[in-house]
Amino acid sequence: MDAAQAELLARVQPAELYEQPLVTNDRDFKWVTDKICRIVETKTPLWWWVCMAVALVTASFTGVGLVWLVSSGVGVWGLANPINWGWAIVNFVFWIGIGHAGTLISAVLCLLKQGWRTSINRAAEAMTIFAVVCAGIFPLFHVGRVWFAWWLFPIPNANVIWPQFRSPLEWDVFAVSTYGTVSILFWYMGMIPDLAVLRDRAVQRLTKNAYEGAGALAKGLDLFRKNFYAILAMGWRNAGNHWRNYEMAYLILAGISTPLVLSVHTIVSFDFALAVLPGWHTTIFPPYFVAGAIFSGFGMVLTLMLPLRALYGLHDLITQRHIDNMCKICLGTGSIVGYAYIIEFFIAWYGANPYESYAFINRAFGQYWWAYLMMFSCNVFTPQLFWFKKVRSNAALVWIMSIFINVGMWFERFVITVTSLANDFLPTSWGYYSPTMVDIITFFGTFGLFSVLFLLFLRFLPLMPIAEVKFVMPQADPHGHGHGHSHGHDDAAQSGQGDHK
Amino acid sequence: MSETYGIIASFPDTPAFFHAAEKVRDAGYKKWDTYSSFPVHGMPEAQGQSRSKVPIFTFFGGISGFILGLLIVWYMNAHDYPLIVGGQPFFSPVFPFPIMYELTILLSAFGTLGGMFIMNLLPQHYNSLFNSDTFLEVSGERLVIAIEARDAQFDIEATRRFLEEIGGTDIEEVSA
Repeated sequence: MDAAQAELLARVQPAELYEQPLVTNDRDFKWVTDKICRIVETKTPLWWWVCMAVALVTASFTGVGLVWLVSSGVGVWGLANPINWGWAIVNFVFWIGIGHAGTLISAVLCLLKQGWRTSINRAAEAMTIFAVVCAGIFPLFHVGRVWFAWWLFPIPNANVIWPQFRSPLEWDVFAVSTYGTVSILFWYMGMIPDLAVLRDRAVQRLTKNAYEGAGALAKGLDLFRKNFYAILAMGWRNAGNHWRNYEMAYLILAGISTPLVLSVHTIVSFDFALAVLPGWHTTIFPPYFVAGAIFSGFGMVLTLMLPLRALYGLHDLITQRHIDNMCKICLGTGSIVGYAYIIEFFIAWYGANPYESYAFINRAFGQYWWAYLMMFSCNVFTPQLFWFKKVRSNAALVWIMSIFINVGMWFERFVITVTSLANDFLPTSWGYYSPTMVDIITFFGTFGLFSVLFLLFLRFLPLMPIAEVKFVMPQADPHGHGHGHSHGHDDAAQSGQGDHK
Repeated sequence: MSETYGIIASFPDTPAFFHAAEKVRDAGYKKWDTYSSFPVHGMPEAQGQSRSKVPIFTFFGGISGFILGLLIVWYMNAHDYPLIVGGQPFFSPVFPFPIMYELTILLSAFGTLGGMFIMNLLPQHYNSLFNSDTFLEVSGERLVIAIEARDAQFDIEATRRFLEEIGGTDIEEVSA
């Protein structure tokens, strides 16, 4: 800055913009570390056991559904000509979509230097992985003979045949398995420093041997923790050199996860868009699916994080600012989805293809009008309420609306999949699809499976990235522009997490 | 007494820690490092470290993934078992693009994580620094600089005095 600029700045006295801090109530590093570590270090709360029991019972429904399916055949699902893609595909797309918010938070928001992502990032990434697990079940069992599912991968087999790479379904195999794997790598790498923190805390307690009155169990648990976290932390010791490589790796993983997450739902949409069916064969599908995925994913993040925030008292870490931002993303992506619904109608009319226009009129007013109404009201009207600050600051209301978003997005996939198949080119073969009991219990159970995995995550792994939360606190600023809020640097090349600007 | 691994010193806050690191760098020490439970902005420059080499691993991972994708599609659908599907060519770089794209990303990610481990010399089963109870507190909020005995300039007395001068407290010798 030269003298003239300095003089100018002094003259105009630019206003200090107030920015809501990301960690409220002036907490220090010790408080953050204790708060997050104690979630896994203290006695398992009663609600956890209750939730776990409910989740296990629910998950067993999927088990029953799958055993039923495998022992009798895919005929036990409600599939019948011409509707051979039913709930299985709907559920697959639904769960994969849920996962997208996790990657968006960990990758895209990292590249955009959104400091607020830090406290919700770990849980959202966990959500991604567990959602991909739930999603994977459906196509895997839809192949009918699940024990041959490995034929989907390019592995030599006794029939000397190979996968057929001209099919979008095969692209999906690659997209989803890459997505699952890269999400796990990213999640794990982000956790290494925090696992080291948990390891060191267990070692410290063991050295001090402060177990009087607590009994042998407490000590045994710490011995277990010490070994468990030491293996996972791989000898991490918080060195500056470690951080230098780690930050670079983090930034790169964020950089490559961004095109990955965009490609996954794009390829999922190819499953539909590459078919010649009216209502499916449109170029709008990839961006429309990606926006819908992010919309539903943020809905799910809100559904999960709001109760967690209340249960663990995390109000200083997941602040109103975080909730506001998530609601605004729902508003943005929800509006894109609403716009896509409307432009689809316009294109159907403008394209002057009678089959295409019929498909859309049939979607909205045909035999599945109720599903379309459900989808439209949940996805188009619900997020518009997030324009209002009063709505965004009412946690209970936001939670209820996030459920509406989840429901609406499930119906969107149902509408897309089923209406086009039920009424295609040949009116003599039109049909009506309804799910069977097996369809219903298999899908219902996946919520249990998801919850079981998520509850285990809560209990054994750090819920929030401690290092990243510390990084966005004013005390972490090496130039001591503390007490505040913004600390802007331009040279962010090395920094994976960035400033909260 | 056993051999000395090095000397550690603690610093009260991030700015003091950061400027102390710059002073250690300027004093010409080579075998030393900073320890903090969060990445400090600009610390690599303050420590005089060059840019991380992790991207090289990513690059080679990505290239291998791309070529692997191209090869498997060509070998499986055009060479080993050619099959006519939808009148499409047996091989073209266009239709298998999603395969190449996904494998590029997959192997870049493995390259990146592997590169991070290799450059950090992890996994590591043992490090002498963990012998110090003070050092374990780095995981909480302690900020530590450690100068290792294998540094050419290392001298127990002089290095200890130097760490004191730059504002270090709780100075401690760590045994190997």
